[in-house]
Amino acid sequence: VSHSQITRLYSRFTSLDKGENGTLSREDFQRIPELAINPLGDRIINAFFPEGEDQVNFRGFMRTLAHFRPIEDNEKSKDQNGPEPLNSRSNKLHFAFRLYDLDKDDKISRDELLQVLRMMVGVNISDEQLGSIADRTIQEADQDGDSAISFAEFVKVLEKVDVEQKMSIRFLH
Amino acid sequence: PAASPGPAAPAGAELLRWQWREVQAPCLVAAWILVASLAKIVFHLSRKVTSIVPESCLLILLGLGLGGIVLAVAKKAEYQLEPNMFFLFLLPPIVLDSGYFMPSRLFFDNIGAILTYAVVGTLWNSFATGTALWGLHQAGLMDPGVEAGLMDFLLFGSLISAVDPVAVLAVFEEVHVNETLFIIVFGESLLNDAVTVVLYKVFNSFVELGPAHIHATDYVKGVASFFLVSLGGTAVGLLFAFLLALITRFTKRVRIIEPLFVFLLAYVAYLAAEMVSLSAILAVTFCGICCKKYVEANISQKSRTTVKYTMKTLASSSETIIFMFLGISAVDTSKWTWDTALVLGTLFFILLFRAVGVVLQTYVLNRFRLIPLDRIDQVVMSYGGLRGAVAFALVILLDREKVKAKDYFVATTIVVVFFTVIVQGLTIKPLVTWLKVKRSDHHKPTLNEELHEHAFDHILAAVEDIVGHHGYHYWRDKWEQFDKKYLSQVLMRKSAYRLRDEIWDVYYKLNIRDAISFVDQGGHVLSAAKLALPSMPSRTSMSESSVTNLLRESGSGACLDLQVIDTVRSRRDKEDAAMHHVLRGSLYKPRRRYKASYSRHFISPDKQERQDKEIFRQNMKRRLETFKSTKHNVCSSKSKARLKEKGRKKASAPQAPALFLALRFGLPQDGAPNGKTHRNVPWQDAAPVLVMVSSEEEESDSSETEKEDDEGIVFVARATDEVLQGKTTPELCKLPLTVSPSASPGSLDVCPSPCIIPPSPTLAEKELPWKGDQADLAVYVSSETTKIVPVDMQKAWNQSISSLESIASPPGIESGPQHRRFACPVLEEQPQSASQAMPEQSSCFQFPSHVSKSSRSQSDSSPDGPEQQELQPLMATEEQGRVPPTVEPRWLMFNRPSHL
Repeated sequence: VSHSQITRLYSRFTSLDKGENGTLSREDFQRIPELAINPLGDRIINAFFPEGEDQVNFRGFMRTLAHFRPIEDNEKSKDQNGPEPLNSRSNKLHFAFRLYDLDKDDKISRDELLQVLRMMVGVNISDEQLGSIADRTIQEADQDGDSAISFAEFVKVLEKVDVEQKMSIRFLH
Repeated sequence: PAASPGPAAPAGAELLRWQWREVQAPCLVAAWILVASLAKIVFHLSRKVTSIVPESCLLILLGLGLGGIVLAVAKKAEYQLEPNMFFLFLLPPIVLDSGYFMPSRLFFDNIGAILTYAVVGTLWNSFATGTALWGLHQAGLMDPGVEAGLMDFLLFGSLISAVDPVAVLAVFEEVHVNETLFIIVFGESLLNDAVTVVLYKVFNSFVELGPAHIHATDYVKGVASFFLVSLGGTAVGLLFAFLLALITRFTKRVRIIEPLFVFLLAYVAYLAAEMVSLSAILAVTFCGICCKKYVEANISQKSRTTVKYTMKTLASSSETIIFMFLGISAVDTSKWTWDTALVLGTLFFILLFRAVGVVLQTYVLNRFRLIPLDRIDQVVMSYGGLRGAVAFALVILLDREKVKAKDYFVATTIVVVFFTVIVQGLTIKPLVTWLKVKRSDHHKPTLNEELHEHAFDHILAAVEDIVGHHGYHYWRDKWEQFDKKYLSQVLMRKSAYRLRDEIWDVYYKLNIRDAISFVDQGGHVLSAAKLALPSMPSRTSMSESSVTNLLRESGSGACLDLQVIDTVRSRRDKEDAAMHHVLRGSLYKPRRRYKASYSRHFISPDKQERQDKEIFRQNMKRRLETFKSTKHNVCSSKSKARLKEKGRKKASAPQAPALFLALRFGLPQDGAPNGKTHRNVPWQDAAPVLVMVSSEEEESDSSETEKEDDEGIVFVARATDEVLQGKTTPELCKLPLTVSPSASPGSLDVCPSPCIIPPSPTLAEKELPWKGDQADLAVYVSSETTKIVPVDMQKAWNQSISSLESIASPPGIESGPQHRRFACPVLEEQPQSASQAMPEQSSCFQFPSHVSKSSRSQSDSSPDGPEQQELQPLMATEEQGRVPPTVEPRWLMFNRPSHL
């Protein structure tokens, strides 16, 4: 990440930080108007906060955003010994996975899936229909027959998707 | 007596009159189209040829041949590719087709790159080529006959440098490169029209004015006209897209003319843009891209199909004619003059500058692109810059008085077009293979992918918001909000709008998904049944995947031709494909049945469509439920299976129903081929024979079909059979599963689901060749039998007794097909039990056969039979009434042992 980008993000961070205490609280995030109309807004806000905390400092802020850095060519060829970069494919996926997995048991259960579905769906689709969507989704992904989607299964269903592209933002180059 | 008109009485009335002159023009047009279409058929007779040589090449060669013949016969070249005809009639369908079926998300995702290549790239190409050729001319390398100044060469450069949408489409559709690459090259070829038109017009006017009279203001005008032409063309397109969407909102009562509006307004958009000399191609392209969402939501399913196929037909025939006439036109030697230096120079320069332009622009673009275009992409993009009929038409349009070197230019253009289409078209496929360019894989999106990608979009938009960066996702999000709030409100019907939800995509796909699962499940269950087979539990996973693969493969194989037609397949199309090819099984036939009424009126289908969907959904749900429970039960039944199989021959009460059930669905398989009369016979013959034999018979029967019919579904059956070690019959394998009266009482609503499947096969018996039925049934047999597993026997048994009385005692009162369906099993079960227990069940035998016959005749003869059959798909509503039939056989079976 270049210097100018960090500076830019830092200024954004401070502008979001209404309490001016060097950390962001949930309220700070919720003040972003566009986020209020984003169906997954709350989930994404949650993703910024480490477990059990309700403050995030700039480092943590950056750490979460780093998930969305595009993968660069030179990084691909880098040796596999070092720690996996946050913007690797599996970390990107894991970020998305955690949005579903509320109870952190590394499984997306039917209820969890249903909740997310309900968020993304308008009121026009009945619970019943939604349920069948959820069932179908799980059935499609489920390999070990536990009626839930594990992370491995999650990765497997999305193996054909260009996650690197679809979970990256150019700004965070 | 009435005067018989003879040759001697010219004044009298004529019986026949030669009216060639009156019909000449349309007749010729029709004849050419016919010739071209027939030629296409001939080309495709040989798979080998068309897989190597692109169709466009073949058509050009054919045109050359035909042109030669015409030239030899008529002694003068006729039937040229007239620019007017080309621009007014041949080009619009192709552009509309490509605009309408453009994957808009992909297009707008890459709009930056596309615009850059289209505008900057084309400008660069024309100026560089023009100047370089002029340099060549100045250096004295060209024939002195080429009288041309800088302006002439720039003019030539402008028309020769534009990548041609028709040629690109024709070649790239067959190459199947990855979507991004395709959309960039193809989008460029569409959008560069504005640049080409402007450059062409500006230079043309400059040439006509003469270099001496050009003022500085003219250059400014030229630049201004570029913006005017491109933005104006786009605006016209958007305006008509809006109109079109608005109009289709109000066509509820006149469904039949919906497709007409689509074509008419798009064409009017083209003409309107052409009229005020704006970019007509841009107008139609944007009209197509933008109206699609709303139009598709508004018009009926049938209209969608009509629009789709008419568009494809028109575009394809236009393309055919264009290429053929290109070939024919080239024969006319009187029009062109050859100059080696010019031709070779042009060829060299367009290739060189295209490559240079692509590399330079990509270098710049990659700094902004999320996913950079790598070197291989750049090679394909450079090489894929095909020139085509647009260049040819433009060069023909030149005025010989003003452009002295027109003949040279015509010759060069023809050579360039032929070179790019034939040589590059021929070699691009091997090149793509050799470079290992990422191909597009036509896998169908899974619900998971759809869902999660949707989530990704939201996540990215949210992150962009958090970062405060107004990037692409921000604008996309904003646009979607706007669209939802205003545009869709205005342009979509209330009903359509309501359905059109954010997740509508996902939801709609669920239907497709389920359509596939219809068959897929068959595959899964089959393998699940295998899992239950004690002999080979280990193979399950393998066969499961292979079965699914087989399904997928054969599914796509069936859709192959469809995919060729549309590289850009919309969701609807996919559904169509899925419906038609994958869903042979149960949905297809009811649909066919509807068709009679479809064609009669245009209002009724709506209801039926809705019914279709509704049932489908309900079926799916139930199926899901059953499938889930089956899945759970598989393990438990596995162990039991072994026991049961051993004890099979004893024909204990619970086993018999299972067997019977298995065969019950097997019977239609047998009976279908030779009709009703035959149906009963084999089973009576087989009566004394052991179960094994009869089922083997069946199996051999089914395997026969498999050989003949290699649709996916059949394969499934076959695959399982193979895995099942040949002679173990499918029924037997499934038997254990069926028998195990699963401990978990999978409540009765599970029951109806098995019923839902069989009716269509039975219905189908009359409609389709037996092969298809068998194939379908092969799957269903298994899926059903397994599905029955969760049924609580006791419960079912109790229910069945009560329900039996109502249903079975007055035979044939209920809908025909239903009865027929369960009647057959009854019939067939006879031999089963007889063979197993004793052959003295004749008393029992009479009853069911009678039932079956009466119900059968009822269904066949009674006037309301068909009606009820049409109701069949509605079964979901009658599910309760349906429970008994499934269970009935059991009752009979239970009875029998007690008999004994």
